[in-house]
Amino acid sequence: MTSINPTRIPVGGADAPPAGPRPARRSSARAAETRRKWYEIIGLTTPAIAVYVMFVLVPMGFAVYYSLFRWRGVGPPTDFVGYDNYVLAFQDPVFLDALRNNAIIVVGSLVIQGPIALAVALLLNRRFRGRAAFRLLVFVPYVLAEVTVGIMWKLLLTGDGTVDALLRQLGLGSFVQAWLADLDVVIWTMLFVLTWKYVGFAIILLLAGLSNVPPELTEAAAIDGASWWQTQRHVMLPLLGPTIRIWMFLSMIGSLQAFEVIWVTSVPAVRSLGASATMATYMVDNGFFARLWGYGNAVAVILFVISFIAALLFQRFLLRRDIDGAVTGRRN
Amino acid sequence: MNASAVPAPSTSRRPFAWSSPLTYAMALAVAAISITPVVYVIVGGFRTTPQIIADPAGLPDPWVWDNYARVLTQSDFWKQAFNSAVIAVGTTAAVVVLGVCAAFVLARYAFRGREALYTFFTLGLLFPSGAAILPLYLMLRDLDLINSYYAVILPQVAFSLPLTIVILRPFLAAVPRELEDAAAIDGAGRLGFLWRIMLPLSRPALVTVGVLAFVASWNAFLLPLLVLGDADLHTLPLGVQNFSSQYTSDTAGILAFTSLAMLPALLFFTFAEKQIVGGLQGAVKG
Repeated sequence: MTSINPTRIPVGGADAPPAGPRPARRSSARAAETRRKWYEIIGLTTPAIAVYVMFVLVPMGFAVYYSLFRWRGVGPPTDFVGYDNYVLAFQDPVFLDALRNNAIIVVGSLVIQGPIALAVALLLNRRFRGRAAFRLLVFVPYVLAEVTVGIMWKLLLTGDGTVDALLRQLGLGSFVQAWLADLDVVIWTMLFVLTWKYVGFAIILLLAGLSNVPPELTEAAAIDGASWWQTQRHVMLPLLGPTIRIWMFLSMIGSLQAFEVIWVTSVPAVRSLGASATMATYMVDNGFFARLWGYGNAVAVILFVISFIAALLFQRFLLRRDIDGAVTGRRN
Repeated sequence: MNASAVPAPSTSRRPFAWSSPLTYAMALAVAAISITPVVYVIVGGFRTTPQIIADPAGLPDPWVWDNYARVLTQSDFWKQAFNSAVIAVGTTAAVVVLGVCAAFVLARYAFRGREALYTFFTLGLLFPSGAAILPLYLMLRDLDLINSYYAVILPQVAFSLPLTIVILRPFLAAVPRELEDAAAIDGAGRLGFLWRIMLPLSRPALVTVGVLAFVASWNAFLLPLLVLGDADLHTLPLGVQNFSSQYTSDTAGILAFTSLAMLPALLFFTFAEKQIVGGLQGAVKG
């Protein structure tokens, strides 16, 4: 037992004891080895677990607690109101508008970006000159900060701004709207900006998925006399299934959280009327800026629960097979 | 593959399909839609506000450098770029170090509860940072971290860890067992193996998670908006937003400021495009 004194060297390990020194009794050596293994496991994972628990899990727990109080954020919460904040939220027409807007963004993103990205990716899944440049350009909107994108489009879409001028020059003046001020139009404008920002991400993701399809498959289909269209429909599309489902998942979760682009692009007054509010902007407006901390936390919990349920349902019914392979694809 | 109809002899081994004109038209259209607004903003920064108001869709005539010069010399641009850089570098370093340590254990150690621990981390993918922002603010306030770099770095690290671990674990697990045995025979412990063999071998994956964390941090807005009230600590996204709401009538200035704020991300992305796309691909493949 005493012969084993593993010098703990966190990194390097050049002079870590060679596996050689075997004590008389095997079992105690094994026990020491096991203990050492656990030290390493604990030592290496604790920092990550600590940060993760502290800043991801604990805050969500606190949100549930705070949401049960009427609280302005000063001193400890004392005015316990039970689930009143939740009832209030679902009675507020602005919050209901926010829910509707989130639904529009979730569904709109899926049904607009999905087909566009799929068509572009399938058509461009071949070598052509400038492919690298194309990938770079298409990805630019995704890499730009949401705030930058928001301000950019705010300037472009402002009344009598660039977009309006362009439309008039093209003889489409009758289509000009108060893009950011008309209460019935603004959410669709937001959807347009979000589509512009995120469709490149979908395209790149699908192109990456397509590049994983072995060329033998398309060649085999061609030898069997399949047309280009048949090949896409019966070979590429099924193989792209996992990528499409993961994109849908990411898009859905992102849409439920939509905040930055809307916060920056749409005018606060329009937002406060509900025309362009999302759950996240509503939460920050009420919780942080109006200092209704208990209420804001209730909205946070609602937002979280909706995202969580959506994610679980999606995983349960659509993503299961894909994740299974990925998560369990480990060494034996 | 169809026979090539392209005359260029140098590319005769690169056959084009019948639909190549369609391909090019499509590629051009999509690329143009993606990039035109960005180009417009950059070019617009070279015009004057009266020019822009008179003809919103026109070109600079003459080109003026004043807006850019003004932003670079008279605004807080440099200070904000510095803050963004500090926070992004801190976040990236911490994510990579903590992530690789945890992923290494999850990939190379056999122990009871390993899969449970992995599931525990992957659960974080379902905890969107947006939903946690209010309680996060309250907690950081109680910890007296508001208005410090840590208030942004620590939560960003925490929320990046799940994806980092999901990307890194399969990569680390794929390193052949024989290498570990060979290292053991040569006298390296498991930690020596991590340091001397795993880290060099997994550099591409580390670069990928690092780039993803960096870009996310560089672009972050909501968390800094709440926890960095002190204007001296503002990051570029906050700076862009403030500038645009402070000088609403200075359209040309806003365009210039926005362009300059985009520039680092665009440059960085041009260099790291492969890693970003590779990372997304890795995330898709698991």
